Amino acid sequence: MTQHTVTSFEDELQALSRSIGEMGGRAEQIVERSIVALLRSDMTLAHEVIEADKKVDALHRQIEEDAIIVIARRQPMAQDLRETVAAIRIANDLERVGDLGKNIAKRAVVIQHESFSNKLRVGVEHLSELALRQVKKVLDAYAARDVVKAEEVCAHDEEIDAVYTSLFRELLTYMMEDPRNITMCTHLLFCAKNIERIGDHATNIAETVYYLITGEQWEGPRQSSTRIDE
Amino acid sequence: MTVTSASVPTPRVANAAMGAEGLKEKISIRDLDFYYGETRALKSISVPLYMHKVTAFIGPSGCGKSTLLRVLNRMYDLYPGQRADGHVRLDDTDILAPSQDLNLLRAKVGMVFQKPTPFPMTIYENIAFGIRLYERLPKSELDDRVKHCLERAALWDEVKDKLDANGLSLSGGQQQRLCIARTVAVRPEVILFDEPCSALDPISTSKIEELIDELKHEYTICIVTHNMQQAARVSDYTAFMYLGEMVEFDETSKIFTSPRDNRTQDYITGRFG
Repeated sequence: MTQHTVTSFEDELQALSRSIGEMGGRAEQIVERSIVALLRSDMTLAHEVIEADKKVDALHRQIEEDAIIVIARRQPMAQDLRETVAAIRIANDLERVGDLGKNIAKRAVVIQHESFSNKLRVGVEHLSELALRQVKKVLDAYAARDVVKAEEVCAHDEEIDAVYTSLFRELLTYMMEDPRNITMCTHLLFCAKNIERIGDHATNIAETVYYLITGEQWEGPRQSSTRIDE
Repeated sequence: MTVTSASVPTPRVANAAMGAEGLKEKISIRDLDFYYGETRALKSISVPLYMHKVTAFIGPSGCGKSTLLRVLNRMYDLYPGQRADGHVRLDDTDILAPSQDLNLLRAKVGMVFQKPTPFPMTIYENIAFGIRLYERLPKSELDDRVKHCLERAALWDEVKDKLDANGLSLSGGQQQRLCIARTVAVRPEVILFDEPCSALDPISTSKIEELIDELKHEYTICIVTHNMQQAARVSDYTAFMYLGEMVEFDETSKIFTSPRDNRTQDYITGRFG
């Protein structure tokens, strides 16, 4: 696209985009490390993750303020308006992603002395891989303004939901088997739910990226809500 | 008495959202060319102006938007060497026809200019003058009409105690509203605004915008503006013109969030030239 006549406007929009990139990278890392902390009962890492979320929150506030200033000062239109609004929306989603990661790390601290079966471990690992892949892909889609990638993210959320549902059932079975498992399983269940929610936020971001690029709201299939009645 | 899209040639404007449902075309412009001598200033313009809607014309200087406005009340007739070809219909009359009564047309299609142009006479006379040209009213009725017009232009409260003061003694914003009152006085059907706020401060601008919003319930309104935010605020439809061509016409909300043409996009986001 051609450059703005006013170069400082161009700079402001690019700065917003860069901040989103940074925030996305940090949020992704939080999730990644919180899962490692959970599965390896690594408390040092868990505390690092909890601390790292503060930076994501700070970036969220900064992006919001910068976007508001762009709106007030430049009254952006069309593509620029969508850039600015998208930055606010994506920053919101990323802030949630960071929070959910932090929450997993906190739960890792609570259940650090519990041991859980390899099967559950594999289940959580698989679920988080899927969610992280979505987060990674949507951040790439944003950086490259790649509408095809964004659509792919929107289409792949169901896989996460399916894995989550099966993990949910499994945890339920463990709890029924032995009530002593309930505390640990409940925490794991929340962790799994958090990971599933991270996938949902990735889909939200993908929809925003779709809007940012095309100017149309995403009208494909909405992410399915997790089935809990089975 | 409105022209439906079926009775006029099929428009050829790019990206036009014509024939929108439930809307009546008050003015239908089809394949309009305009010449200043040899120079072709408008190139095959087709655009609908919907009844009781505000249509904004935007575009860089010299793109032909003011020229287009001047065609709509045949202002160009005042100058030799200027001519328009094509179809411009107001309801079912061809306003480009040589037989068109220009005074009648200009009463139906009023115009407000960039710089406020009150007549050098009293506030009362500024409005009564136009009315007397078209109607013979008893004094009391004339008084009522003047009051009504000043009220419609949101000026009554500010001038009711000094109707005998000279129109030129008012502030710029008040003068502009006086001009709007004067335009409304002869009961037009269409009002053309040619950059009505470019010489006004923000408060007067807001008042005029508020007024446009109210006036559209009774009139069909066309506004030329260089202020993109103003176009976005006051209009229902926006037409982007460039080098004498109609590049894009669509609902204002669409134009300012996701225009289809790259030239529109570049212009409204400040990336032009």
